[in-house]
Amino acid sequence: MSEKLTPETDLTKPVTPVSRQGKTSSRVIEHFVAPLEETPLAAIDNVDETAAPLSLWADAWRNLRRQPLFIISALLIVLVLVVAFVPHLFASVDPTSCTLNDSSEGARAGHPFGFTLQGCDVYSRMIYGTRASLLVGVLTTLGVLVVGGTMGALAGYYGGWIDTVLARLADIFFALPLILGAIVMMQLPAFRDNRSVWTVVITLVIFGWPQIARITRGAVIENRNADFVTASKALGLSRFNALVRHVIPNSLAPIIVVASISLGTFIVAEATLSFLGIGLPDTVMSWGNDIAAAQPQVRNNPGVLLWPAAALSVTVLSFIMLGDALRDALDPKARKR
Amino acid sequence: MVMFTLRRFLQLIPVFFGATLLVYFLVFATPGDPIAALSGGKPMAPAVEAALRAQYNLDQPFWIQYGLYLKNLVTLNLGQTFSGQDVSAVIGRAYPVTARLAIMALSIEAIFGVLFGVIAGLRKGKLFDGTVLVASLVVIAVPTFVLGFVLQLVVGVQLGWARPTVSGAAPWNELLLPAIVLGLVSLAYVIRLTRASISENMNADYVRTATAKGLSRTRVVVVHILRNSLIPVVTFLGADLGALMGGAIVTEGIFNVPGIGNLLYKAILKGESATVVAVVGILVIVFVVANLVVDLLYAWLDPRIRYV
Repeated sequence: MSEKLTPETDLTKPVTPVSRQGKTSSRVIEHFVAPLEETPLAAIDNVDETAAPLSLWADAWRNLRRQPLFIISALLIVLVLVVAFVPHLFASVDPTSCTLNDSSEGARAGHPFGFTLQGCDVYSRMIYGTRASLLVGVLTTLGVLVVGGTMGALAGYYGGWIDTVLARLADIFFALPLILGAIVMMQLPAFRDNRSVWTVVITLVIFGWPQIARITRGAVIENRNADFVTASKALGLSRFNALVRHVIPNSLAPIIVVASISLGTFIVAEATLSFLGIGLPDTVMSWGNDIAAAQPQVRNNPGVLLWPAAALSVTVLSFIMLGDALRDALDPKARKR
Repeated sequence: MVMFTLRRFLQLIPVFFGATLLVYFLVFATPGDPIAALSGGKPMAPAVEAALRAQYNLDQPFWIQYGLYLKNLVTLNLGQTFSGQDVSAVIGRAYPVTARLAIMALSIEAIFGVLFGVIAGLRKGKLFDGTVLVASLVVIAVPTFVLGFVLQLVVGVQLGWARPTVSGAAPWNELLLPAIVLGLVSLAYVIRLTRASISENMNADYVRTATAKGLSRTRVVVVHILRNSLIPVVTFLGADLGALMGGAIVTEGIFNVPGIGNLLYKAILKGESATVVAVVGILVIVFVVANLVVDLLYAWLDPRIRYV
């Protein structure tokens, strides 16, 4: 059965004008027929049915490998990760040994970006500041995924009063802007006295989880009545196990996309909190702290502010681009054929 | 639709109480004694101190304080700040400034965002589209306060086109620069949303029908494509209006705008629970009303959506 089964006529050409009976008009009417989007039967027959179908993830990976946006952002993220883990490979100057002699000096050999007001090397501080900023972003995203993901999955899967309570709870936290909530939180004695990466992470998680909860809830609702869930229940899987083993894995795609984008926004939030003086303590080297410290001198020595800001922006940008690329790859419907 | 609106307002009640209670508790738990601060740290006559504590209900346990606050709220009495001003008067002075700033920022977002988004969406893959996409990503990635400082430095100080900071009365023209800073990030989101939505709808059947009917390109784009593409954009703008009306703590701080954000920041640092809770209460109401307006706009944009 290998003969071609598609019609032989070329459908892109206008069909020859037909003289319609009973009409007196002498106008020639041209009929255009759109080309049929058809896969020849032979092509379908040739598909090897024994081969396992590509999973969503394998398919996405095949698509991602060819996307320049993904490659650029992934390379940048790998670079940032390496810098965060082994900063001494990239900067030979100790960022904490500062001499006031160099206060606000310009660039010179070995110090490409000049010096801060305290005479510290701007480049070296930028490199060593990567770790804290990235740590806050990654830990907050993980925390938000655990809290928001659990809440959203339970609310979407079980519905009913759990859904109502969680939705109202999320509304309360949604109505409070992240920065406002964080300012109030960080004033609490327990937080103010132990300022560290962890307090910032906890604060950002408390006010950042509703977004992931909403996305998870929506994705779970979409999947909870799918045929594969009914099938797994028919095979004797308990309701909860069906959620954990089938619904959640199938709802992961949109959650991962949003998580990747929010990782960037959490890094910005940390910088904003540090900028307001309530984020990381001064002893922790971070981009946000450096930007905040450079702020009074911005009119005389803008470079001190601009370099850490640039590092921050590039990092955030790469996470947003990664999220964008993932969104395209994980949504086969939106992908161009 | 009346029922829908009513139900939404009923849903507002638990959110309002939850948010104010949460904030009231957080401010309550904040260390520092505002009464002791009134006398500049010097000892105060015990009778005066007791009277002041009683005046602000600070001698009561937390639940009674919150209850008394709610009782006053019902009679629209927002209480007084620790320096003796009426909270309603303080908010009344700051709110018009924030409202002006928010309206300007939102107009910038809506007008330029939709305009650029439509052009980029119609010319997907062309130079303009690529430029706008990259530019919007960069704007999203740069933190607002860096954007604020750079624009303040370049436009305000070096070029001298605008006042670097806003004066007390905060007239419209001085608010333009902070409004641009405030609007830029959301502008980037609006552009991306509009672009995605437009390019998705461009190949829809009804667009082909409209073109086949012989409608002009402008009419097809503005009346048919745009109207159907606006729903996600309107959702975003509505949420953003809620956020803008709550004041922008960072932007208002940089440009010294005497708005709600500035007021809120100072009130939190001073432990002015009455002011903080009042502002948060207003914020919650604005947020919910903005979302309600968005939902009602859906029905106008897409007549298939009905509320019962």
